[in-house]
Amino acid sequence: MNKKNWYSLIAVLLLSAIILTACGGAAPEAAPEAPAAEEPAAAEEPAAVEEPAAAEEPMEASQVEVFSWWTGGGEAAGLDAMIEIFGAEYADTEFVNAAVAGGAGTNARAVLATRLQAGDPPDSWQGHAGQELIGTYVAGGQIEALNDLYDAEGWVDVMPETLIPLISHEGNIYSVPVNIHRANVMWYNPAVLEANGVTVPTTMDEWFAAMDTLQAAGVTPLALGEQWTQLHLFETVLLGSLGSEAYDGLWDGSTDWASAEVTAAIDAFAKVLTYTNSDAASLSWQDASQLVVNGDAAFNVMGDWAAGYYIELGLTAMEDYGWAPTPGSVGVFQFLSDSFTLAVGAPHPEGAEAWLKIAGSKAGQEAFNPVKGSICARTDCDPTLFGEYLQSAMEDWGNNTVSGSLTHGVVANDSWKSEIDTALGLFLIDQGVEDFQTALVAACVASGPCQ
Amino acid sequence: MLKNKDRYLSIILISPSIIAVLIFVYGFIGWSIRVSLSNWKGLNPDYTWAGLKNYLALFSDPRFHIDVRNTLIFTGVFVIGSMLLGFFMAVMLDQGLRGEGVFRSIFLFPMAISYIVTGVIWRWLMNPAEGTRMSGLNLLFTSLNLDFLVNKWYTTPTWGIAAIAMTAIWQMSGYTMALYLAGLRAIPHELREAAQIDGASEIQIYRRIVLPLLAPVSLSALIILGHTSLKVFDLIIAVSGKQLPLDVPAIYMWQTTFDGLFYGRGAAISILLLLSVAVLIIPYIRYTLKTEAEQ
Repeated sequence: MNKKNWYSLIAVLLLSAIILTACGGAAPEAAPEAPAAEEPAAAEEPAAVEEPAAAEEPMEASQVEVFSWWTGGGEAAGLDAMIEIFGAEYADTEFVNAAVAGGAGTNARAVLATRLQAGDPPDSWQGHAGQELIGTYVAGGQIEALNDLYDAEGWVDVMPETLIPLISHEGNIYSVPVNIHRANVMWYNPAVLEANGVTVPTTMDEWFAAMDTLQAAGVTPLALGEQWTQLHLFETVLLGSLGSEAYDGLWDGSTDWASAEVTAAIDAFAKVLTYTNSDAASLSWQDASQLVVNGDAAFNVMGDWAAGYYIELGLTAMEDYGWAPTPGSVGVFQFLSDSFTLAVGAPHPEGAEAWLKIAGSKAGQEAFNPVKGSICARTDCDPTLFGEYLQSAMEDWGNNTVSGSLTHGVVANDSWKSEIDTALGLFLIDQGVEDFQTALVAACVASGPCQ
Repeated sequence: MLKNKDRYLSIILISPSIIAVLIFVYGFIGWSIRVSLSNWKGLNPDYTWAGLKNYLALFSDPRFHIDVRNTLIFTGVFVIGSMLLGFFMAVMLDQGLRGEGVFRSIFLFPMAISYIVTGVIWRWLMNPAEGTRMSGLNLLFTSLNLDFLVNKWYTTPTWGIAAIAMTAIWQMSGYTMALYLAGLRAIPHELREAAQIDGASEIQIYRRIVLPLLAPVSLSALIILGHTSLKVFDLIIAVSGKQLPLDVPAIYMWQTTFDGLFYGRGAAISILLLLSVAVLIIPYIRYTLKTEAEQ
């Protein structure tokens, strides 16, 4: 009623405004505080402190701390299966599972970055094989080369020859791939194709012809989801339209981003987008996969984790859903992979090495992959352990040319990938091929090998 | 005046929070400014001097232009919408209708929900799918024969961000209502009665008496809503994830820093964000302190 009340009201509002502003100022710094969640792992400290006394030479194998973002579903079950094998083989080494939850490792990587900056690395951590690891951790001098381990275990002989350069830097191999996923898979609805008299296309031209037919018949030709799935589609169109050699060249600087071939590939991508559903931006990858099996769309381009999703839905392979390499990429296996590293200055290097041996072993990979829904990085795993789709993928993995995925961290480092993603986002808004290509050239200069 | 002993005691009691604020707010702001003036890119800190390079690059960055445009649209729609709706609800409740407490609670409830939950719910409601897959509000409109209302919601080019602002209005208008209701209740009855005796109409009473007296409340609402909308992040992430058409500075900051490892650029964005909030808040604080001192 009186002025006093007025001012107390204003004072309270003002106070909340100040508090909120204070939060605003501090917000950008909130992320580094995330390691609070790591507390349990940090509690292992005493063991690490013990180390200098015991370790006149680095024979520390009393435990191993393995950092990953596998905390749920088939991934966590697969990790547990591997841990069990590890426990049987190395009974004296305690396994410390330092997994941090969060899709595709966004949170985990922030936590890991903080630990590395604080000089407290886990012995071994998960990362996408290829430039995502190399560009970040090799550049930062935080992981060891593993060539000796590869030689001792004979891994080079059991992994595809074309894989090794993609996970190496200056002749050194930096991580042990545990599993392999394929990015260039086109999923289709066999019934929809048959009803419209369309056969599975193998080249870009056949694909466009097929999609014209479908569109004329009133079917959405291609199901598409939110922005990252569009980046995924873009990389497969680049691969399909350039071919694997020129595609690989984009990432080592031998193919010019400003070339006419790349322009043609972007034009092809722009054309592909005209065949997609109008609500792509509101769909997750699962939603888009679902459109195909529901008969709302004919094709979808997605990594082979879609097979796991279809199995989860109780669908029958080659009946409810079919698959083929994306058009133009027959004979090429565009892969992505989760792999494990050895930390520079690992508190338990012996333990870490033991873990990597299991991760790269036939027994370890055969335990992990059928549960996770991926194939082994090794080519000698037993196919009978796997489902129908995965068996076909294993066959291709053994004899195809291997190329790397952009969206999933193989061919470009994080900075480069994020610049390409931004360029793609701008392209999707205003559809200017020229601007897109200019931005791609600039991204390669700023963060890639182009000078 | 406090006695000396009390004075020391109060300083001792308040010092932990002052020290914490100095370190965790101002210290880190200072550190962010330093990072924003560096070339830091990648996991390892790199404090080499870059001057204003990061800022200048942002000003010519097409993505940042989209962010600024989106922020302006969002702030405009959200602040004006919340204030109008909040004021309207407060005036309605102030008429002394029955069950006022129930309505007041209902209007305030959305505020108790986190932006993430709001975002997920509205993501379902604002489904832009067409044809047989249509759902959410669009389906409701169609079944009510209101087809002209069917739209693409947050996937509308350029103006999609306004759909997000709408969900924010849904969440925050109850809060604005509470502010206005408190303000209305604080207006002395004598003033209205006097005006009525002088023959003023209801509309005149609101224009000449109520609204001017509510000006400080409006200002507070404007500041609180304005600065939350400048920092919006979680609501957009929950509705559409990381997609450029709905990009705002906070999302760009997060993505470029933690996905792209451009720490220098990320720090520059957060400093610009801080400045834009400061432009709004500091004059308000000064004004309030001044009026308080004058009393």
